[in-house]
Amino acid sequence: MEHFDMALVDWSRAQFALTAMYHWIFVPLTLGLSFIVAIMMTIYVRTGNELWKKITKFWMTLFGVNFAIGVATGIILEFEFGTNWSNYSWFVGDIFGAPLAIEGIMAFFLESTFIAILFFGWGRVSKKFHLISAWLVAIGSNLSALWILVANAWMQNPVGMRFNPDTARNEMVNFWEVLFSPTAINKFLHTISSGYVLSAIFVVGVSAWFLLKHRNVDFAKKSMIVAAVFGLLSSFYLVLTGDESARDIYHTQPMKFAAFEGLDDGNVSAPLVVIGFLKEVPDPRQPDVDRFAFKIEIPNLLSYMVALNSNVFVPGINDLINGNEKHGIMSYYEKIDKGKLAIKALGDYKDALERKDQVAAAENLKVFEANYAYFGYGYYDDPNDLVPSVPMAFYSFHIMVILGVHFMILFIVLLVLLYKKKIEEIRWVLYIALWTIPLAYIASQAGWVLAEMGRQPWVVQDLMPTLSAVSNIDKSSVVVTFWIFAVTFTVLLIAEIKIMVSQIVSGSKNEGGH
Amino acid sequence: MTTVKRIINFYTEGFRSMTVGKKLWLIIFIKLFIMFAILKLFFFPNFLQTNFSTDQERSDYVIEQLINKK
Repeated sequence: MEHFDMALVDWSRAQFALTAMYHWIFVPLTLGLSFIVAIMMTIYVRTGNELWKKITKFWMTLFGVNFAIGVATGIILEFEFGTNWSNYSWFVGDIFGAPLAIEGIMAFFLESTFIAILFFGWGRVSKKFHLISAWLVAIGSNLSALWILVANAWMQNPVGMRFNPDTARNEMVNFWEVLFSPTAINKFLHTISSGYVLSAIFVVGVSAWFLLKHRNVDFAKKSMIVAAVFGLLSSFYLVLTGDESARDIYHTQPMKFAAFEGLDDGNVSAPLVVIGFLKEVPDPRQPDVDRFAFKIEIPNLLSYMVALNSNVFVPGINDLINGNEKHGIMSYYEKIDKGKLAIKALGDYKDALERKDQVAAAENLKVFEANYAYFGYGYYDDPNDLVPSVPMAFYSFHIMVILGVHFMILFIVLLVLLYKKKIEEIRWVLYIALWTIPLAYIASQAGWVLAEMGRQPWVVQDLMPTLSAVSNIDKSSVVVTFWIFAVTFTVLLIAEIKIMVSQIVSGSKNEGGH
Repeated sequence: MTTVKRIINFYTEGFRSMTVGKKLWLIIFIKLFIMFAILKLFFFPNFLQTNFSTDQERSDYVIEQLINKK
């Protein structure tokens, strides 16, 4: 590890995290609000009620503001792949090429074509065609998210490929295995449903503001009903997909799983920590060290959740580092040895090819292929360097889950109050709904922090650590572009918030013009 | 021809009747200009495309990096 410029690695990571997190501010609202708008337009087309037309146009305008400010912010990430992460880009190129190309085509044809009809089509195309366009914009934006999430899922659980030692690239051998891996399916469904919940929170929050101001009361209540029902159904789905994701992580990324539960020592009948606070411990690898200052846990539940059997063993961080023969867990020490073998065999294979020694090349290739699954471990000497930040993983996971429960309760409470026609009387609930908008963004970001920080040090699980993925470029250029992005994205975010707020304040008074 | 004209009219009338949309298009154009004319051009050259001329050279370089970065 002493051969790496860790400052370059850290700045490159910080820059990627900054751009990805800003990009993700815009995306989830697009994913969910597009469906909410389509539902509202469906009600308008079915009922012919002009209020629903006004409601649809208002939320469509906010969708348009978010879409316009956020569009193309993801392209920056692709710039960074080519400049800062060239080893990684080359290494994964053949896997990423197909999904990202499909994403480009999907996004262009579906979103770009039908979004124009959605916005310009009032009175110019038939109601039916207009409605179909609204649904196609929603489906198109969600489908375009599919492909980048499939690519991300492949990094978390690389399947359906073969590494070509002559080109240094992973080549796709089974497209369907990449597309339909459990990790990809869970990641896509969990991510889009989190976007739906965030969008529903956005709509109920803004509607709550109208009710607090005694403005557009009927408009706000109708909007809130649609969003709360959509949000509640999405929340149930979010729980299901989150549960499936956790089970998948247990199998494919057990270190991430142990980190987000703060589990140092594995356990049969492992408890689930509901709430906890971590304390500083000098060496969490020592036996009987408790890293919790406080925790509330439910006995057996963690084991039950991962296997529907409370007697199942859940490995802790120490089990993964030191191995656990009884439960068939290979130690990180052994994986490091195998990784070093793979790296050496790759070098010897290339040397043998240069010498035109086919026999030695074949022997080394065999050793390489037998140990390739542990390739990335070979860059490390100390297994502790393969443990992610436990506080980061633990808190991001628990913040996400606790806020998710809060959102679900809020939707239920709002629907009950709407049903009992008491929504305007209980003003503190409206304030909570309004102030839940930023919480939805925090939960959404926390989910990605968990997904990406929790899998460290891997950029491609077990195969490529972050430190070997960076380009050999000057650190100062990364620092400069980091600050350019920080300023540019902050300006964009301020512009979005200002335009959104002015539209919310003025837009509902008129036709919700766009 | 009539269909093409109708499509062009659809877009031009749509753009003309926009209110907040004009401000958004301005933001989009400024953003794309910063991204492609400044950032991509001056700050984000493709490292492997710029420094090597063939895929073989790029492969050799990456393998060298993978082998020696330990």
